[in-house]
This record gives sequence, C-alpha cells and structure tokens, in this order.
Amino acid sequence: MTKGYIHSIETCGTVDGPGLRYVIFLQGCPMRCQYCHNPDTWEMNKGDEMTVEEVLKSFYHNTAFYKTGGVTVTGGEPMMQMDFLIELFTELHAGGFHTCIDTSGIVFQPDNKRVMEQIEKLMDVTDLVMLDIKHIDNAKHQQLTAHSNKNILEFARYLDRKGIPIWIRHVVVPGITLYKEYLEQLGQFMATLTNVKALDVLPYHSMGKVKYESLGMEYPLGDTREATKQESVGAKSIILAAYKKAKKK
Amino acid sequence: MGKKWHSNWEGFKEGRWNQTSVNVRDFIQQNYTPYEGDDSFLVGPTEATKNLWAQVMDLSKQEREAGGVLDMDTKIVSGITSHGPGYLNKDLETIVGFQTDKPFKRSLQPYGGIRMAQNACKENGYEVDPEVVKIFTEYRKTHNQGVFDAYTPEMRAARKSGIITGLPDAYGRGRIIGDYRRVALYGTDMLIEDKKQQLATSLVRMTGENIRLREELAEQIRALGELQKMGEIYGFDISKPAANAQEAIQWTYFGYLAAVKEQNGAAMSLGRTSTFLDIYIKRDLDRGLITEEQAQEYIDHFIMKLRLVKFARTPEYNALFSGDPTWVTESIGGVGIDGRPLVTKTSFRFLHTLDNLGTAPEPNLTVLWSTRLPKAFKEYCAKMSIKSSSIQYENDDLMRATHGDDYAIACCVSSMRVGKEMQFFGARANLAKCLLYAINGGVDEKSKVQVGPKYRAVEGDYLEFDDVMEKFDAMMEWLAGLYVNTLNIIHYMHDKYCYEKIQMALHDREVKRYFATGIAGLSVVADSLSAIKFAKVKAVRDEDGLVVDYEVEGDFPKYGNDNDDVDELAVMVVRSFMDKIRKHHTYRHGVPTMSILTITSNVVYGKKTGNTPDGRKLGEPLAPGANPMHRRDTHGALASLASVAKIPFRHAQDGISNTFSIIPGALGKEDQIFAGDLDLDRLEECGNQACNIPNIMDSIDNE
Repeated sequence: MTKGYIHSIETCGTVDGPGLRYVIFLQGCPMRCQYCHNPDTWEMNKGDEMTVEEVLKSFYHNTAFYKTGGVTVTGGEPMMQMDFLIELFTELHAGGFHTCIDTSGIVFQPDNKRVMEQIEKLMDVTDLVMLDIKHIDNAKHQQLTAHSNKNILEFARYLDRKGIPIWIRHVVVPGITLYKEYLEQLGQFMATLTNVKALDVLPYHSMGKVKYESLGMEYPLGDTREATKQESVGAKSIILAAYKKAKKK
Repeated sequence: MGKKWHSNWEGFKEGRWNQTSVNVRDFIQQNYTPYEGDDSFLVGPTEATKNLWAQVMDLSKQEREAGGVLDMDTKIVSGITSHGPGYLNKDLETIVGFQTDKPFKRSLQPYGGIRMAQNACKENGYEVDPEVVKIFTEYRKTHNQGVFDAYTPEMRAARKSGIITGLPDAYGRGRIIGDYRRVALYGTDMLIEDKKQQLATSLVRMTGENIRLREELAEQIRALGELQKMGEIYGFDISKPAANAQEAIQWTYFGYLAAVKEQNGAAMSLGRTSTFLDIYIKRDLDRGLITEEQAQEYIDHFIMKLRLVKFARTPEYNALFSGDPTWVTESIGGVGIDGRPLVTKTSFRFLHTLDNLGTAPEPNLTVLWSTRLPKAFKEYCAKMSIKSSSIQYENDDLMRATHGDDYAIACCVSSMRVGKEMQFFGARANLAKCLLYAINGGVDEKSKVQVGPKYRAVEGDYLEFDDVMEKFDAMMEWLAGLYVNTLNIIHYMHDKYCYEKIQMALHDREVKRYFATGIAGLSVVADSLSAIKFAKVKAVRDEDGLVVDYEVEGDFPKYGNDNDDVDELAVMVVRSFMDKIRKHHTYRHGVPTMSILTITSNVVYGKKTGNTPDGRKLGEPLAPGANPMHRRDTHGALASLASVAKIPFRHAQDGISNTFSIIPGALGKEDQIFAGDLDLDRLEECGNQACNIPNIMDSIDNE
C-alpha cells in the first residue's frame, strides 16, 4: 500500500471540477508561485501519511452526494506523488467515479521515460485535468514561478493528443498577468488545442498573506492589489475573444 | 360523529370526514388538487394589501422607537372573548382579528405565572393592575406557583445550577398545534356536538385520570362556545362550516387567534393549512366567485395577521431565544402516502407572500421537502430561498414514515400529526455539565455546591476513559430520572392551571402525547470523551481538590469530520441518555422523545458551564444543537453533516438540528468568470469586439 502525504480534505468542494467534489489536497509542490495562497502545502514529505483506503473513507460514506461530481486531487502539486495518485484513481475508476486532477503540469517531462510511463498510467484513469497556466509568456513565467512553462504547454498538447478534456485555469494578477497581450496569447494558445472544455479565470486575492506571516515568510507580492471581479470578467472576455478569433481562422 | 351533510359543503367529495368522524386529513385527500405547474400564475399585492402593509410598517417603526413594545394591556386578563374587535383598517382587511382590541397591543396572560407577566410589563415600562396581581397571587393559583409547590430541593438546585435548563415552569409550554382547520370545515356547532358525544361516552369509573379527562372535555366544550362568541364579536357566525374561501381562511384564523389569546406559549405553531385552504380557493375560483387577485389577497392578509402575533415577554426570555420569536410555523408541501405531492397552488401563494409583503421570520414557512416534490415547486422554493432567506426545509421522506402525511411542525422541528398528537415541551438537560458532575462527584464546578448525588469523584492527575465513562453513565442515570420527574411536575401543573383548552378542543379525545426532552452540549461531550480516550487529559484542581480545568496533551479526533472514532461516542451518548429517559414513568403516558436542537440558547448554556476536557473554556458557548464545535470541523460541510447524520433519529425523534451558513461563492462558480462547454462553443456570438466589456481595456492598459 502506497501512502500519500495529505495536507487536508475538503468534502464539499463546489469549485474544483464539475458537480460536488471530494477534494484531496496533497502536500508538496516544486513551484513557488508568487501569488500562491497555500504556501503551507509546498514542503514535501510532510502532512498526514494516509493510504488510499484511509483517504477515501469519508468519500465512500457519502457517495450519494458525489453522484454528479467526483473526486478532485489538488495541492500542492498532486502529480508529485505519482504512485499514490495512480493507486487512488485506479481504485476510483474501478468504482465508476469521476476523477480530476488540478495541476500546474510542472511534472510533465517528455524526455523522461520513467515519468512518461507513469503519466500514461495515470491518464488512463483520469477523466479531467484542470491545467493551471500561470503565465503564457515563458520569461514572465520564470519570474512568477521559478520555472519555465515549456513543459506545461507541452503537457496541454499531450493531453490533447490523448483526448483528455481539460479546463484552463488562469489567475489574473494586476501588473503580472492582467495585460491584454498576454491574455490574448493565452486565448490563442487555447485555440491550438481541441480538448479545452472550460475556462476558469480567477481574480488574484491576498488572503494568503496571513499564512506567509504565520509561516514566518515574506509575502512575495507585497502590496500588489487584488484583481476586481470586473477585471476578471473582462479578462475572461479577452481570452475568449482571442480564442474564438483564432478558432475561426 | 354520525353522517352529516351541510349545504356549505356543496361540491366537495364525501368521505369519512363527513360520514364517520372529524377527519380533516380525509377531507384533504378526497378533495385537493395537486399542482405541478410553475409560479407564473401568481399575482402581486392589491392596493388594499399595500396600504395595510404600509400601516403595519409604520406601526413597526413606532414599536421599535418605543423600545420594542408599543402598547400593553395591564388590566384585562386575556381570554378567547376578553377583548372587543381590533382592526388595522376594517374596510380594507379581508381577514380580521387581533389578540387585543388593537394591533401591536400585547395581551396580559398571567396563568403561566403572575410574576413573569408582571416582569414583562415592568421591563417594558408598564405595571400590571394591582387588582389583577392580587387575584393571581391570593385567589387564583398559577402554573408557576403550582410547580414550585411541588419541586423537590434537588430539582430546585439542578434548575439553579443550569444542568436542567430552559424549563417551561414559569411560562407557557406551547408546542401544541390545534387543528384550526376543523373550525373552517365543520363550524363550532358540529365540533361541540362531537365533543359532547366524547364526554358522554367517556369512562365513568372515577379514577383521577378519568375525572381529569371529563373536566377537560367540559372545558373544551366551553372553549368552543367562546370561540363562536369571538366570531360574533367580529360579526361572523362560525357555528356553521365555512361557505367560501374567505370564510375558510377566516374561520381557521379565528381558531388560531383563540389559541394565542389564551396561551403565551413558547411556540404557537399554525399547522398545515395551505393545501386544506386551497380546496376552498379552487372551488371559488372554479365557480367564478373570486379572482386570483382576491385569492392572493386573502392569503396575504392571513399571513399579515400571523406576522402580527405578539406576546408580552421579559428581556431574559428574549435573550434566551435571541429575539422575540412566536414560532408561527406553517408546514407546506410534502408528499402523501399515496405518492401524490401535497403541493397546491396555495402552497405557492403562501410562499409568494414573501414577495408581496417582503421577507419576515414569521410565520416560519417550512417546506416539507421530498425528493418527489414537483420540479417546478422545488425550483420556486429555491428561487424564493435565494431571494428571501426565509424558508425552512425539513425532511418529509423521513418524517412521513413516522407521522403519515398530515403532520405539521411545532416550533422549529417537532413533528406531530395535526389534531391527533401533541407534545409536552421539555426544554433540555445540559450533558456537558453532566460530564463535569461525573468528574467532580456531583459538585457543581462553578458554585461548588453539591447539586448531583455524592458519587466518587475522579481521582489522580489524568482522566482515564473507562473510569470517566462509568461515572458519566451513572451521572446520566441520575440526571435522566431527575429531569423526567421535574417535567412530570411541570406538565401536571400546566394541565391543571394553564390548560390549553381551545387547542385541545381541536384535537381528538385520544391524543398521543409526546414527552419531549432535549439535550445540550452534545459535541462538547463527544469531543471531551474523545480527548480523554485518544489524547491525554490532565485534571487541574483547585485548592479544594475540585477539577476546574483540563490540559489536553496530544491531538484527538473531533466530532464533525466524519470520523467514526469520535462520532460513535456522540451516537453512544445520545442512545444511552435516551434509553435512560425511557426507563422512567412519564406524565399521562407520554411517549418519550428527545431533541438536540438548541439554536440560540447554547450561548446562555455555555455561560453556565465550566471548562470542559475538550479544551473549551468556561463561559464559551456550546455548539448549537447537534453542531460540531466551532472551527473543529476541518473537512468541509459534507463531512460535518455526515457526522451529524449519524445521530439516530429514533433516539432523537423530536429533532436534530445543525446550523450552518455558507457564502454563495462557496456553492459554485459564477458564470461571469467561468466559461464552460457552451460558452466556448458559441463562436458566432463573439465577433472581434463583441465580448469586450466597456472600460476594462483602459484599466488593463493602464496597469
């Protein structure tokens, strides 16, 4: 039995995939996104060690509620705990439950055979991927997350080839991602794919600040202001307009 | 009652209701028309309704400015016929009647206890007429006095310390629902005749029980006579069955009005009237006698009256219940045992008052929810809930199994068959405090007085689970006995000195009486036992050796996370206490039930409860009802609810409550910032600029 490092479980998830979701937050993430509001999920090999059976106990108690929903894994970066994830989703799929991964895609390494074998295995039992594209511009992505976005975009193309539906998530941060050109680029990139089923634009908020304080860390975004709802609505329209324009061509 | 026919029943289908006995359920089943359509037929308020409601709003404002009470009767003791007619505007009201001779004037009800009545007046700047005080002190005994005559010293001590609390020993117990629909369906003449027959056929072997029944039936007959007189005061002859919709609503309301003139009960609920009244409304509409506007106007005016039910109460009472609730609960919808939904157009009309008159907490509109309710009704309920936040929902599928399809809710969750079952309301026992008594051998942790039996207290520095459980079990045994016996006295005296004669006149003779008990502090007890079992709990003693605080070392499973280790402790406590209650003799063969439903009073109970082994500090509120303790449920709403759902209904049949609120954003994505399948596919809708929202470009480019 593989054990996973679990940060927490939310039994009434309504924003992380279709329907009512059992959301499992896995501990550990290699990304250091400046706007991350869960810095407490970064560190690896921490949290509660639990088996698949233990993690799913409460889910099985209440399956009636998840009939039109399912299970979403998020984190942290859930794909960092690949063995555990494969075991978890294999079990859920055997029971006919909908599985979803909320990921940054950072784990994707097309040149690493072992990793790719695992990802193949995982994708066989995955119904939906929510791919969080932090920044469409590679240089900016480096600044924002300390990583390149090359493999992340490659992951999207890979999922397209596999025919696995994806939802694109994008956080709009004033001064970082909230620029017309970047939003349009994102829309244009989405248009190169055929598996995008939804676009989720999230306004940046600074509610993570207190967590940094309690962890004794400096808050990377300082006093960057929050995005307004109106700005998110606008950003969504820009991305969609670019997406649709590109699709029409 | 033998076979009857009355010309006012023309058009109704016959059945047992007119052939064999008083049977409103049968009348409904034979005659109602289920409605599966939507809300498009509903109409707005009439001019008369708007004018009347403006008048009410003005009076409400005056009442608030006067400090919460506008006027009080200090001289006339309230009774069914005590006051002349009262109106807002006689010419505009289609449904009439107030508790006193004018709206917003609170009546004087001293039968529950003269001191409570005096305090209620005094606290609001009024004084009860000395003559009335003299009568109810020297000549006429009250319920309150009767109770205190019979209380044992132990009961007084337990009451004072708050281990038993909120007892209806100085105020009306309420929680009884008269079948007010009977007044409309039969008229008082037939009801009196029926009651007379009941009296004539009652047992003649004069045991205490039979004598009491005979006396009560005589009282009921008298009350029905008074009810008829009250109708006359307002110019109506309600001795005959209601002839049309307006009369049916008016007669029903008169029945209810008589009850609130007679009783200042803790909860004075209405019952389940909407589908019954729909039969009359539909008959009038079909005959072309009224329009939809009129039908809605009657309902609006009826609801308006129910919103204006007021009682004289003390500030402490209002503190306990967080406001000035009357609990005029009306149960709407549900499904019949034959599978037909009991939703009618008038179910919609009732909920529509939240639009026509605006939102209000009273009457407490309660939808009996079933998965089998018509879809359009479900959608309408959802819509009105979002709009008004004023609708309560309860599980019809669960309660129908126990109570059939003509039950109603008294107060917030107590279910009972209308006119066939009633409840003796019994407040609650504080189990958190009981656990502390177990630890300290019956000594109260706050007053240090020996309140409970002098059992052996816990010894040593650390609490041992088995030891504490054994002592807790024994202390619960004591508490259950004392509690039931205290309630026996209360209900005996209430029947004797403050009998609900009009409400019981609208019941069958053979009534099933639920003997309601309740508990508070369930989650504190579950978490405390869990801490003792799964972590280490050190007892901190004061200079007398009394355990007054606890230090928890290590973590422990907490109730509210769908964790069986601790949830099973909660279930065990509920079952165990209920079984202990069941061992005792109950007044009038009451069937014991239990509730876990403090909604606001948990704050007051918390003040009376010392530090507890789960880490809760003295004075901190207990969680409401069966709720997990605040912020200890860390796995989201479903896990929290799943823990609560494990509490067995059959051991807490009087209701299990879980209060929680959720922000709309936590219920799902807003489509404004979320684009799903459809939005993405609708390519044609968005040209190059059509999707742009004004101004957004500027603000973005200016970043």
